[in-house]
Amino acid sequence: MEQSVPLSEEQLAKNFADIAPPLTNDAALLDANKCLFCHDAPCTIACPTHIDVPAFIKKIASGNLRGSARVILDANPFGHSCARACPVEVLCEGACVLNDRDEQPIKIALLQRHATDYVLEHKLRLFQPGPSTGKRVAVVGAGPAGLSCARDLRRRGHDVTVFEAKAQPGGLNTYGIAEYKLKADVALAEVQDILDLGVELKTGVTIASIDPLLSQYDAVFVGVGLGGTKRLGIPGEDLPGVVDALTFIEHLKTHPYRETTVGRRVVVIGAGNTAIDAVTQAKRLGAAAATIVYRRSEADMPCYHYEYELAKRDGCGFRFNAAPQRIIGNGSGGVSGLEVRTDLGSETIPSDMVIVAIGQGERDFVVPRNDPRVFVGGDCANGGAEIVNAAAEGVAAAKQIHQRLTNG
Amino acid sequence: MADLRTTFAGIQSPNPFWLASGPPTNTYGQVAKAFDQGWGGAVWKTIGEPIINVFSRYGSVDLGATRMMGFNNIELISDRPVAENLKEIAEVKRNYPTHAVIASLMVESKRAAWHEMVKQTEDTGADGIELNFGCPHGMSERGMGSAVGQVPDYTCQIVEWVKEVATIPVIVKLTPNVTDITYIARAAVKGGADALSLINTINSIVGVDLSTFEPQPSVAGKSSHGGYCGPAVKPIALHLVSAVAADPSVKIPISGIGGIASWRDAAEFIALGAGSVQVCTAVMHYGFRIVEDLIDGLSTWLDERGHRTLADVRGRALPRVTTWEELDLNYHLLAHIDQDKCIKCELCWTACEDGAHQAIRRLPRDNGGPVVEIIEEACVGCNLCAAVCPVQECITMRQVPNEYPPVSWKEYAAGKGKLAPRSEQFHTASWGPSLK
Repeated sequence: MEQSVPLSEEQLAKNFADIAPPLTNDAALLDANKCLFCHDAPCTIACPTHIDVPAFIKKIASGNLRGSARVILDANPFGHSCARACPVEVLCEGACVLNDRDEQPIKIALLQRHATDYVLEHKLRLFQPGPSTGKRVAVVGAGPAGLSCARDLRRRGHDVTVFEAKAQPGGLNTYGIAEYKLKADVALAEVQDILDLGVELKTGVTIASIDPLLSQYDAVFVGVGLGGTKRLGIPGEDLPGVVDALTFIEHLKTHPYRETTVGRRVVVIGAGNTAIDAVTQAKRLGAAAATIVYRRSEADMPCYHYEYELAKRDGCGFRFNAAPQRIIGNGSGGVSGLEVRTDLGSETIPSDMVIVAIGQGERDFVVPRNDPRVFVGGDCANGGAEIVNAAAEGVAAAKQIHQRLTNG
Repeated sequence: MADLRTTFAGIQSPNPFWLASGPPTNTYGQVAKAFDQGWGGAVWKTIGEPIINVFSRYGSVDLGATRMMGFNNIELISDRPVAENLKEIAEVKRNYPTHAVIASLMVESKRAAWHEMVKQTEDTGADGIELNFGCPHGMSERGMGSAVGQVPDYTCQIVEWVKEVATIPVIVKLTPNVTDITYIARAAVKGGADALSLINTINSIVGVDLSTFEPQPSVAGKSSHGGYCGPAVKPIALHLVSAVAADPSVKIPISGIGGIASWRDAAEFIALGAGSVQVCTAVMHYGFRIVEDLIDGLSTWLDERGHRTLADVRGRALPRVTTWEELDLNYHLLAHIDQDKCIKCELCWTACEDGAHQAIRRLPRDNGGPVVEIIEEACVGCNLCAAVCPVQECITMRQVPNEYPPVSWKEYAAGKGKLAPRSEQFHTASWGPSLK
């Protein structure tokens, strides 16, 4: 593979610095005081975890950061990471009534980060485990869904054991969010807060079937997420120089930046949010050209509009209505290009590296859905959504499990 | 362009905007700079036997992200020698002959001491004298400032002493820290005052540091009550100015003071009868430069309304200040919501529901239409919804005409006149929310 010219450590650190830096105290106070404190607030309605947004913002304005973070994290155990990675433009901030007064919405995400950073920095313990019920729950998957469920079960006094196949907990928060949005150490610190409530975590354990768990636990929550990236089904996709987006991003997030090499010319197949994460990070790693190749039109792109804008600002290229036909090898174990079919016929896009980002497949994991002791949530249940959806589903499942264990 | 030239108790100034006695008028340099930037007059920082100040001396109250909504001080009068102050006053007057230069005085309550100070002051060529009977902190402990201005007899007595020797106009500055300011105003008039100025600052503790329990401003861990001023005090000052201006036994010019920061504030004081206005806190916050828009805004407002001079608007609001018992009970208002402007914050609903008369109905947010509507039969026209609405002109109060002639409480209680039918809808024990 013809590699990109490596960037300096300094440049790489700059490229992967927080895309939305934290607010200063002054800026936070200014914006918090701008919040109208709506009744039945649209921002709260828009949030899948229904964080009481005006309440936490009012607490920032009053100088009660601890109370503010408690409001956030009480509703959403992943309030730290959501503050950094939530698509707020289409959720809380998109619903802010100030948009209708022809103004910028309240910076809800940054204010949420302001409050939750405070508790992380000061290592404040906001929640306590409930008095022991003696009930035991197994959680499969230590991603946002599973850990949200685990946290709320611990707050209700149930014993929880979480099984995780990977070496580290956090799921995609640790391994899959664009580095400039959420870094693994923040994701892991957030997870630690949950584990500190007395959640037992077993990493490196792959659960093939939940049947054995059902004999040892009173309930099981399944939050295993989705499987690996789907296959393209075109010739050449197993060539060295072809990588799937999740593997690429995971490598970047678990190694020093310079250890993730990118081609000089990178092509990313797909146009979802993960494709954007891949193309922008390839560019930020130093690719001379990083281009999205998408079989349908600009208007059909499944990524959020602001993600598209971000990729354009990063200098990424876009080829629409170009259906991948074949990845062409360079004869020496790498790739030299991607052959696509367009309205004008066949064309080869020169490329040294191809990243496949056409969505994740389902996990090969059978969940006995009619067993009342089994609950599911997160990507494996919703087909793949945001952290905040997974958290909401984990929280909701914990409530249901608690009801079952205490009333049933 | 409207003529802003002002004659106040015989004192001429190019416009009605004077710097109030305080930190901005402490030196020749400050006053000269202020005049160069457009201020019409200045009341010098109060002169008396030089004092020694504490270091920490100002405290501030923020409202949300807005700084200095209210402000207080425990600073005393000038800490500069009398002779130095008088020399600079003379110099300013010599260099700015068309501007109003007023000396503010505070000396111990002895006839000879006042006589001596007034004579020295007159030698400077100052246009007038303001007697500081108002400062509520520090000097009052020594029997001066508000200690004088809170007792009508003392006020009258000292004004008399001053008037025995004064040949230039004497303005008495009143403290608001009294039960009824008109008593003090009348005492000043009785003593021979040529004009009044009000209000001086309001007694206050501006806050407490919750990490140390030190009241603010803290001086080595302790504080003392200080004089409160700034935008927060304007409504109190407007009321007191109107009360004094309306008093039939006062009838001398009033210089309005208290929270003036914009030309609108000034115009309101003038409309309630002020002959000139004095500004301090806004200058301490933003500097002398604010006078440019004070002048520009006031002139434009006069021009747009077709007025030529300030006399055309002075006191125009005063006849409209009356007693509650004279207000018309048959003047009915109804809130109106412009649904095209509504941004659906539901603050009006919350305010009316919890804080007023439960006269707004909520509709489901997902209905695609309005989320709030006025329950006309329950609305008492109180203005609260319009006050909380964050969108200009979204909620307006509209008069609901009726066939009934006006009737005041005074008349109604005396058996005259009829009340138009009004909302009788109260949420009592039967209340239940229509929407949760």
